[in-house]
Order: sequence, then structure tokens, then C-alpha cells
Amino acid sequence: MIYLQVFWVFFITNILGYGGGPSTIPLFQAEVVEHYGWLTLKEFGDILAIANALPGPIATKMSGYIGYQVAGPLGSIVALIATVLPTAVAMVFLFKFVTLFKSSPYVKELTKSVQPVVAVLLLVLAYQFIASAWESNGWIHTAILALGSFWAMERIKVHPALVIGGSLAYGALFLS
Amino acid sequence: MSYKELFIGFTRSGLLGYGGGPSAIPLIRYEAVERFKWMNDDEFAEVLALGNALPGPIATKMAAYIGYKVKGKMGALIAILAQVVPTVLALIALLSTLYAMGESRMIKGMIAAVGPVIGMMLAVMGYQFLKKGWVGLGWKANIVMLVISFLALELLNIHPAIMIVVFISYAMIKTYFSTNKPDTKRSVS
Repeated sequence: MIYLQVFWVFFITNILGYGGGPSTIPLFQAEVVEHYGWLTLKEFGDILAIANALPGPIATKMSGYIGYQVAGPLGSIVALIATVLPTAVAMVFLFKFVTLFKSSPYVKELTKSVQPVVAVLLLVLAYQFIASAWESNGWIHTAILALGSFWAMERIKVHPALVIGGSLAYGALFLS
Repeated sequence: MSYKELFIGFTRSGLLGYGGGPSAIPLIRYEAVERFKWMNDDEFAEVLALGNALPGPIATKMAAYIGYKVKGKMGALIAILAQVVPTVLALIALLSTLYAMGESRMIKGMIAAVGPVIGMMLAVMGYQFLKKGWVGLGWKANIVMLVISFLALELLNIHPAIMIVVFISYAMIKTYFSTNKPDTKRSVS
């Protein structure tokens, strides 16, 4: 039952994704690429790239698109519901207790304790993308693109959409 | 009328927020506090605090609560849809076009060039989590937890969900003992 699988994947990844959108990316990858094999790492990377070039929350863009690719329009809706609904309901019901949450030492520890796992997951995923690009494009193009995009994003603060756009143009010119 | 405001406010903050949910927070604040005056700054800060305490994407959690506060269940639904649907449709349209032209060498080159850039973006995100852990946990605990996560995830191939549950449980137990200790001391003395 594909819809159930889609629901489960996006439900569990978002419930465990502490630290917002970025922390759910490697969890998506673990489920969608490694566990279910719905997408290859390459396809996952393409989706991530284009999603990053667009505005709006990243987790919902990813789940909406992956749901669509795996199980059509209904799959997209199921994936979005699984992503959004559980925490939306929690927000509305738990707001009365917001003062408890705000001062709770549990919540503070909880968010902190997940950070090392997320950091490792993101860095390993980053390594996989760079290594596979190295293999297919050679090290010169990979180094130019990786260092160039780092410099553009972090040093001169170019808009991420322009960085992705720039790399697409580079690929059209030099990698085709 | 408020439905329309909710729709406008959350479509606008969804379409202008680059860099994922967190970058939309100041935009949502502008719509909710300054533009449409659905709430004051204090309440917005409380919504944000609760949102940060819960898992999952932050922008939709904010939309859910603010929409609910303004117009009940329908309001929440409209706010979430306005926040999410335009960009999901844009992504589906863009990728479908790209894949439809996938046989062309130029498109293949474009897709190939995006890999290293995405790798770099993920590395930067990873570094930010590393830094947060450094500040929040202290460097010793952070290194120990990083090494444990790396070994478990990469060498033992333990599922990331299991590692997150383990670390959360550890944090709960640690907090339980460290918050109960001073209390008992105080009551004794």
C-alpha cells in the first residue's frame, strides 16, 4: 500500500526532525533513497537543488514533490498531510501550555541533544554529493563549483537562487 | 475578509522566504504583527517558542497556530495551504519540465553541475548544527556525541531515526536527574 508507506515516511521523518527543515533532509534521504529505494541519490540531489532554488519551507517542498513522484497527485497530498498535520494539531492544542514549554529544561536539552546526529547526517550527505560529482565530472569542475558556490553564498552573500542558477548555467556551458 | 488576509499574508511570506522555513519567520512576523495585527509581539514570541519546541517544519507550525487563532480550523487550513501549496506546485512544474527535456545534453550538464553546489549547501548546514552543538552542549560532549553518531550511523548502519530516539531519551534522563537533584537538596537543607 504505497500511500500508507508515503504517509509513514513523511510522518516519522518530520516528527523526528528537530531543528526545522534542514534536519529533515538527511532523514528523508535515509528513507526515500536508502530504505525504500524510491529515488537514487542523484535524483534526490536534483530535487534538493531545485527545491533550494525556490522560496518557501524546504521540508514541504521536498515531501510534496517526492510524494508526487512516487504516487502521483494523491501521493503528494498524502505526503503533505503527513508532514504538516501532526505538528499543526500539536501547536493548536499545546499553546495553552506554552509557558510550561518555554521554561522547560527538557525541551532545551532535547533540541540540543539531536544536533550532533543531524550534523553528522548532513555532513555525510554533503560528502556523498561531492564524491559522486567528483567521480562523474572530474575534480576540476567539482572544485570550481563547490568552492565557487561556497564563496558566493557565504562570503559575498549571493542569493541562493542565483547560486543554483549560476551553477546550472555553468553546467550548460562546460559540462554538456 | 480575514480568510483573504490569511491567504495573502501566508502566500506572501511563503513566496518571499528564501533559505527554508527559518528565513520565513521575520516575514511571518511582519504579516501577523505589523501588517494585519493578528497578535502582538509578545504573543508572536510565544508562538515561536512553542514552534521551536516541537519537531517538524517551523513555517507551517506558525501558520497553523496563527490561522487557528484568527479564524479557527478553516483559518488554520487556509494559512497552511497558502504557505505550502504555491512552492510545491512550482517545484513539481519546474522539475517536470527539466526531466521532460532530460535527454538534451545541455540539461544533463546543468543537472550534473548542481551536485557539488548541493553538497556545499549541505556542508554549510551541517557546520551550523555542529556549531550549535558546540555552544549548547560544550565541546567535550559534542565531540563524544558526534563520534558516537558517526560510528553508529556509518559503521553499524543504525537507522538515523533510532539514533535520534536514543539521543532524545538520553537528554530526557539527564535532565530528569539534573533538575531533581537541586530540588531535593533544597528541601533537605
